[in-house]
Amino acid sequence: MFAANALRRATIDDAAAALLPPRTESTGAAVTLGSLQKSFGGKEVLRGIDLHIPAGQFAAIIGKSGCGKSTLLRLILGLDAPSAGEIAVEGGTTAAAARRIMFQEPRLLPWARVVDNVEIGLGSEGTRLGRRERAMAALDEVGLADRAGEWPLVLSGGQKQRVALARALVSRPKLLAFDEPLGALDALTRIEMQRLIEGVWRAQGFTAVLVTHDVTEAIALADRVLVIDAGRIALDLPVRIPRPRRRGDPEIARLEGTIMRHLFNEQGHLAA
Amino acid sequence: MSAPLFRRARDFALQWALPAAILVLWEAGAHTGLIPARLLPAPSAIAVAFWTTLTDGSLLYNTWISTERALIGLLIGGGLGFVLGVVNGISRPAEQLLDSTMQMLRNVPHLAIIPLVILWFGIQEEAKIFLVALGVLFPIYLNTFHGIRTVDPGLVEMARLYGLKPMALFWRVILPGALPSILIGLRYALGFMWLTLIVAETISANSGIGYMTMNAREFLQTDVVLLGIILYAALGKLADVLTRWLERRALPWHPAYQTA
Repeated sequence: MFAANALRRATIDDAAAALLPPRTESTGAAVTLGSLQKSFGGKEVLRGIDLHIPAGQFAAIIGKSGCGKSTLLRLILGLDAPSAGEIAVEGGTTAAAARRIMFQEPRLLPWARVVDNVEIGLGSEGTRLGRRERAMAALDEVGLADRAGEWPLVLSGGQKQRVALARALVSRPKLLAFDEPLGALDALTRIEMQRLIEGVWRAQGFTAVLVTHDVTEAIALADRVLVIDAGRIALDLPVRIPRPRRRGDPEIARLEGTIMRHLFNEQGHLAA
Repeated sequence: MSAPLFRRARDFALQWALPAAILVLWEAGAHTGLIPARLLPAPSAIAVAFWTTLTDGSLLYNTWISTERALIGLLIGGGLGFVLGVVNGISRPAEQLLDSTMQMLRNVPHLAIIPLVILWFGIQEEAKIFLVALGVLFPIYLNTFHGIRTVDPGLVEMARLYGLKPMALFWRVILPGALPSILIGLRYALGFMWLTLIVAETISANSGIGYMTMNAREFLQTDVVLLGIILYAALGKLADVLTRWLERRALPWHPAYQTA
């Protein structure tokens, strides 16, 4: 009985492992934050963040609404300047194309064909033919090469997000930030997208920073989960579950419990 | 197979039943003397007037003159409105400098300045073109401005983050985003274009459809007057069909123009 279960589980894992590309040598950028602070009009949003994300790591940031996690993401991407403290992104990330972001909404240009939307990700680099080739390759990576000539309008929500992922990937970024990219998708599509993101991350070796509300998603994807509360890192939890991770793994449930306790009970308050 | 055909024939008959009935009654009324021909000539008389003016060349000549005036005015006024709309749409200082003036001018009925225009330009071509240009300027300006201001800010932010240069940002994001609104402005402008031209030609001209109808009035040729009115309606409809076609061509991505 036990042996049969173990055997079945092993074959499922093997199948999943076959789908998951092998981990490549990291080409990502390391991110180091030192006593980072950010205030907006006297209101302190981040109150001293010290954090090192090694090259190629998948870090998830979770926290309640308004805890400052999106602000942190914008600072890491260089979209906003910190009020105090420092940010260092090592590894040739001076080019804009080396840092990419995926938003909660796909933000595709409705008047550009799918492949032209992906080409936006290349900025102004490359020849016309080379750009088209790279865009097609990126679309192929997200499994939408056959929809290259369509208008975004005819795609489903999940497909649009896959195009947005292709657009973020096409310039081979060293740092890819995800700002709740799957929040608007239905549960099944979300799981599919999580697998896709994990797959391209393993294949390309960029550093990933995922901001999410979804604790399960954070544990399913990340090497490390950071809980932000009241502008500080309240919890820095490594996730050492081997990949590919199975849904319903008791270890995932245990970590989820730890994070939930940190988010709610132990802090002694519910709303920030 | 025959059922949809039957339904289409029935729909067609329903749509045209009323106009056809009116035409028949009108014709009958004119022939029995119930409708005085001096006030409202029979449809057949208008058809004859159409044929006469077509064969002596005056119809085509006057139509061409009017169309030319309309298009030149549209080009000047529309071009100016578009440029002002773009400049004010993308630049806050330009908006602050120009927009309140534009709003004041917009609220002056442009036909009210006809006496002034006649003093300035006499009854030369410039007078008509000036009025048409003034009539089309504001609908194009307002809709271009509005279109640019309502481009999805999320797309603009995305384009900036993805390193699009200002020119690329304009051509690939802002202008296509504003295009549906600009085309609506064009449709309004075409309406104003004919309206202005009719009034201008009726008041001061020695050629054009407006002149043709005013001239006919002097000689009590009511059939030619009605022909002129029908001609304006046809030209207005043609302009509308052309813009619809343009919209379908320019906005194939838009939900309203999806064929599938």
